Amino acid sequence: MAPGVLWLLGLMVVPCLLIFLLAFFERGTYGGIDWNAPTLENLKRAADPLYLTIFWDSARIALLATILALLIGYPAAYAISKAQEKHQTALLFLAMLPFWTNYLIRTYAWIVLLNPAGLINTQLMYLGLVKEPLPLLYNEFAVVLGLVYNYTPFVILAVFSSLQRMDPSLPEASRDLGAGAWTTFYRITLPLTAAGVAAGAAFVFVLSIGNFITPDLLGGGKLQMVGNLIYDQFLTARDWPFGATLSGLLIAIMMILLFAQAVAANRAGGRHA
Amino acid sequence: MFKSIRTMTAAFAFGLLATVSTALADKVVVSNWDGYMPKDMAEKFKAATGLDLEVAVHATNEEIMGKVTASGGEGFDVLFVSSPFAEALNKLQLLTPIDPAKIPNLKNLYPEATQLQHDPGNTFSVPYAWGTTGLCYRSDVVKTEPTSWNDLLTPADDIKGKTTMLATDRWLMAAGFLAGGMSVNTADQASLDKVRDQLIATKKTLLAYDDTTFYSKLVSGEAALVHAWDGWCNYGIAENDKIKYVVPKEGSDLWVDTMVITKAAKNPDGAAKFIDFVLSADNGKWVVENIMYKTPNKAGMDAIDKSMLEKYPNMAIAPADLLKYEQLRDLGDGMKAFSKTVSEIMAAK
Repeated sequence: MAPGVLWLLGLMVVPCLLIFLLAFFERGTYGGIDWNAPTLENLKRAADPLYLTIFWDSARIALLATILALLIGYPAAYAISKAQEKHQTALLFLAMLPFWTNYLIRTYAWIVLLNPAGLINTQLMYLGLVKEPLPLLYNEFAVVLGLVYNYTPFVILAVFSSLQRMDPSLPEASRDLGAGAWTTFYRITLPLTAAGVAAGAAFVFVLSIGNFITPDLLGGGKLQMVGNLIYDQFLTARDWPFGATLSGLLIAIMMILLFAQAVAANRAGGRHA
Repeated sequence: MFKSIRTMTAAFAFGLLATVSTALADKVVVSNWDGYMPKDMAEKFKAATGLDLEVAVHATNEEIMGKVTASGGEGFDVLFVSSPFAEALNKLQLLTPIDPAKIPNLKNLYPEATQLQHDPGNTFSVPYAWGTTGLCYRSDVVKTEPTSWNDLLTPADDIKGKTTMLATDRWLMAAGFLAGGMSVNTADQASLDKVRDQLIATKKTLLAYDDTTFYSKLVSGEAALVHAWDGWCNYGIAENDKIKYVVPKEGSDLWVDTMVITKAAKNPDGAAKFIDFVLSADNGKWVVENIMYKTPNKAGMDAIDKSMLEKYPNMAIAPADLLKYEQLRDLGDGMKAFSKTVSEIMAAK
């Protein structure tokens, strides 16, 4: 217990408190922090429509990525759970395999595939399917693709584990009593795996909304997400207090979502019992 | 967010580390960008002076700035930073003045290199490399060769969607300032708004913002015209001789990377010896031949293969011409309005 608490304190609580503390001061004239004058100025500045728009856009893109990851991840997890037991481990292993490669390298691989002079476009043009290269890279499409690609495995894992925990006799009973395959899925399987869906969705959303590498590389920097904004405040503008304010807001949003997800999971668990 | 937490914990851990580190009088600790000086620098320096050299690396100016402001510079003797950061460190009183008596090789610098706007007379910084920011392009792809910043900001139809701009805020905005005949250190709201509107219009014509791989986009043909630091354009020229570099007629900024000695230096004499060693002709030549930047080290420039002056046109720019360009300066309190303007451009659709 004690090492775990120390771990949390040192690597989670203290850094987060530092961030919250910084948010109430001003940037010094040459960077750094002016400790002399505590202020609420940063919070006011964060409420500027400009920054709210960036938060809203990030949430919209993260939500889109979440929905797509669920649409791809759920059927994949379902298929794996229906596969022969001896194949399941191998299939799950394959779903996890991309994590063995560095995130940056996988992202650059997408650049190689998608760029106007890249593999996909040259093949499409060679086959005569398109005349001009398709705009596959440096736009919102590429960013969403990158996020979905990177985070779908989390959905697969979460949904798979809740499918495993489901009592198989429940859908069987539904079929015996005359419900069709779709009805059984909608009325029995889906509600019973809602906790897994919520957990997977929370993973994808939280990881996506704070992401800054994917918008930077696949979005060509043309798409600003809140992660990029925070990165820029800390590392380019050297305005740590404002960066801390934005980080604090983002942490708050994530906490609320994770809390909502925990509540949903609890309710689903309670009903099941 | 993860990055920011990491930065904070790093700064925190660094603070702890700095307080327990012990003084070693015969060691010089330097922080530089990775690959920005010869790999065998430590061995060469040891052979020349008998002093040990410990090299740390930083990825960006901001990173070393964060480390140094968090610890008061404790743990480092010499830092390599760009001139606006040298200026800020000096204003934060974190630097030791340069003592010319201890650095005889200062004589290797061009006279112009002692007249830099951020530090006339090299009182707290010694220049290591310098150059321009301009346009790098595929002469075999563009219909008309670019001559003006407006060729980048309002590209011709044939290269729309095939141009990139630097993502780093100061250079991004500098392109707009120079095109509008303004100072690259402008921070008044009316001018910021004007440049913002231009750059938002430009954004719609860009392939991407890019400050790491723009020259390979030219080589692959993804891009036809990119906003580039001269030395980086040279990396493209080295791979394809149809790639060319031009300083637009409205001018450029003059960027200068410098060496500074921290006030907290444990070994200020060793630090001076290190800077003296870096200013040797051999090390100056190394910068030109390996980094492909110009160096203010005249002895080094004189030692390079003269064919480089023809192949890489930035190398032939005379130091006196460089001095005509304005350097980026620390914006101080102007940074907030500046940074908000950049966010507005980045967030625009």
